[in-house]
Amino acid sequence: MTDVARSKASAKGSAGGRDAAGSADVGRTPLGRVRGLGSAREGGHHWGQERALSVATLLLFVWLAVSLLRLPALDLETVSEWLRNPLAAVPMLLLIAATFRHLDWGLAVVVEDYVHEEGNKLLLLMLIRFASVGAGALAAFSVLKIAFAAAAATGATP
Amino acid sequence: MTRNPDRPLSPHLTIWKWGPHMAISILHRITGVGLALVGMGLFTWWLVAAASGAEAYGTFAGWASWKWALLVWVPLSWAFFQHTLSGMRHFVMDAGAGFALDTNKFWAWAVLALALVLTALLWAWIIYGRAA
Repeated sequence: MTDVARSKASAKGSAGGRDAAGSADVGRTPLGRVRGLGSAREGGHHWGQERALSVATLLLFVWLAVSLLRLPALDLETVSEWLRNPLAAVPMLLLIAATFRHLDWGLAVVVEDYVHEEGNKLLLLMLIRFASVGAGALAAFSVLKIAFAAAAATGATP
Repeated sequence: MTRNPDRPLSPHLTIWKWGPHMAISILHRITGVGLALVGMGLFTWWLVAAASGAEAYGTFAGWASWKWALLVWVPLSWAFFQHTLSGMRHFVMDAGAGFALDTNKFWAWAVLALALVLTALLWAWIIYGRAA
């Protein structure tokens, strides 16, 4: 059995196979252990997702910029009135979902590239995830509250 | 995985001569982090304030229209244009195009210039267009 074949078998095989290969790997560099294995065949998936998400973020921000510039003012009445329209509230919710995920992934890449200490890296990645999900939820709930308050308000008026 | 500090590193940032493409690459990250932390914070504050009633919205609007808040708004709008335009340049490069040195340099300069022009146009419109 060649080294490459043994590595492949250990990568695909059971834990026992991995143990056997592990002893044969003693003294080998990390590069030496993976050389010849080929790609994991899923490396491109996240990369593609990032690009698709970036396109979505771009389109939604063009929509937001055009919408805001077209509003006559940015006072509470005008903004609430605008967000009561489903054709504004729904793109706004999509924008929040796309943007907060985009910034979560973006900040994660920066941390992964520049923070080399494992513990700090994990802590920062967790903080980023918590903050982006938390702020995104706050923003989304606020849009829903404004949008649905309209129904309650019109229902209350005689 | 730990690195053996005795082994040499390949030449890094301090060694290379700076060019517009390098500036744009690192600016993409800096503006991205800025937009993520400052921009999304303000965006969330704006929506939460709008959902919380007149008093909360008044606090936000009071801060947002304070003249010194321009020191946040203007750089933030520039960061938005810079990040968006260099992101679009990245789409082209992700497709495998635009790597020839001349082309790459030209579009790097173009992105830097265009972001400044768009920022200037936006604020000219906000200050002069809105009033008219």
